[in-house]
Amino acid sequence: MRTFEYLKPTSLKEALELLERYGEKAKLVAGGTDVMVLWKKRAISPEYLISLRNVPELNFVAYDGGLKIGAATPLRTIELSPEIREHFPVITDAVSNLGSVQVRNSGTMGGNICNAAPSADSAPPMLVLGAKVAISGPDGERSVPITEFFRGPSKTVVGPREIVTHFSVPRPQPNTGAAYWKHTRRKAMDLPILGVACLISFQDDMKTCSAASIALGVAAPTPMRAYKAEAFLAGKIIDEATLDEAGAIAASEGSPRTTIRGSAWYRTEMIRVLVKRTGMMCRDRAKGAAGR
Amino acid sequence: MKRTIRFTVNGNVAEVEVLPHWNLLRVLREELWLTGAKQGCGEGECGACTVLVDGAPVNACIYPVLEVEGKNVLTIEGLMGEDGRLHPLQEAFLEKAGVQCGFCTPGMIMSAKALLDMNPDPTEAEIRHAIAGNMCRCTGYVQIVESIRRAAELLAGDGSSGKE
Repeated sequence: MRTFEYLKPTSLKEALELLERYGEKAKLVAGGTDVMVLWKKRAISPEYLISLRNVPELNFVAYDGGLKIGAATPLRTIELSPEIREHFPVITDAVSNLGSVQVRNSGTMGGNICNAAPSADSAPPMLVLGAKVAISGPDGERSVPITEFFRGPSKTVVGPREIVTHFSVPRPQPNTGAAYWKHTRRKAMDLPILGVACLISFQDDMKTCSAASIALGVAAPTPMRAYKAEAFLAGKIIDEATLDEAGAIAASEGSPRTTIRGSAWYRTEMIRVLVKRTGMMCRDRAKGAAGR
Repeated sequence: MKRTIRFTVNGNVAEVEVLPHWNLLRVLREELWLTGAKQGCGEGECGACTVLVDGAPVNACIYPVLEVEGKNVLTIEGLMGEDGRLHPLQEAFLEKAGVQCGFCTPGMIMSAKALLDMNPDPTEAEIRHAIAGNMCRCTGYVQIVESIRRAAELLAGDGSSGKE
């Protein structure tokens, strides 16, 4: 009979020990919204599943100006967090249309990021926010900037004996707005054709960009930053024309593929459109935040 | 290797022998004979298997049953009152014709229940967001949205004003 042993550690230490003991025979599972489906489809057949649902060190949201999100925190908890909605709405944008309520009640941000799909909705916001990924292993803890976390489709820097524990987001600069746009045929239960996150910090005039970051999903083998477009925006007055130019530069940085969801040509065009759209949202949100 | 787990279903304690790879839906339907929740896609896409675990809607078809140990599960069967009366959500789905073939209905109603528990007076947009993970191939959703709105009215106690 095809089955597995389902292990439920209740501490990070215990989870790491189990991973050490069973090695390649084991697979980590958080919410199971991907792992259980892969198992049912016979794409994976681990002897042991190590569940991270009951590990308290991995399940939390902590805000103190900056933000920490435990890797096994359900996406629904993140979606409903009033602090994240107020201070990091770019994260709320991404998680509130990821899957469905049912999927978000089980699925976690750690699972979404560690699967390293080019389409992971939570990746572009974390990329523009300059998040760091905390990883624990037998040799202790390390922290990796999320810009260096992805190594290819389904590939990350996480070692076979390591567990991602949380994501930390630094306190944003003053006068900052950020937004994510998931471009899909329907909002829920669909992967993005393209995902664009933009973050813009303004000088005190609330018009001049002091720093920008732009991240693209489904535009390359991994979620990516558009560094040239960011550099172009620094020091510029933010308006539609400038953002249009930044969008064109970002489009030249992506290398999207043609897939069933959209052609490479269409995705490239939409990078331009959505950089402009999210850039304008950044401006409105920065003003809103400054007005509080 | 079978293991015995214990959890609460619709207010009653259930003790079931399970295999580790079983999902919650299999146990509800084939061990406990609670066949209200349906198996549609089996992959967490369609929402026909939606039940509430500690008040939160989940896709039971991909929910590892060993995670339900000690938790509280509510299925469509648990909505009925002790005297056999239908829940206001069920009444509203009948009144507003939110049911055609009925296959999606148990999941749809459980998603609606979770919504109304958290937000007793939802807008149409909030209703559509809450049931985005429940597919219906018959109704086109309009009557379902109306049914959930109607249920909100019934639960708020202004049920008598709804005669049209």
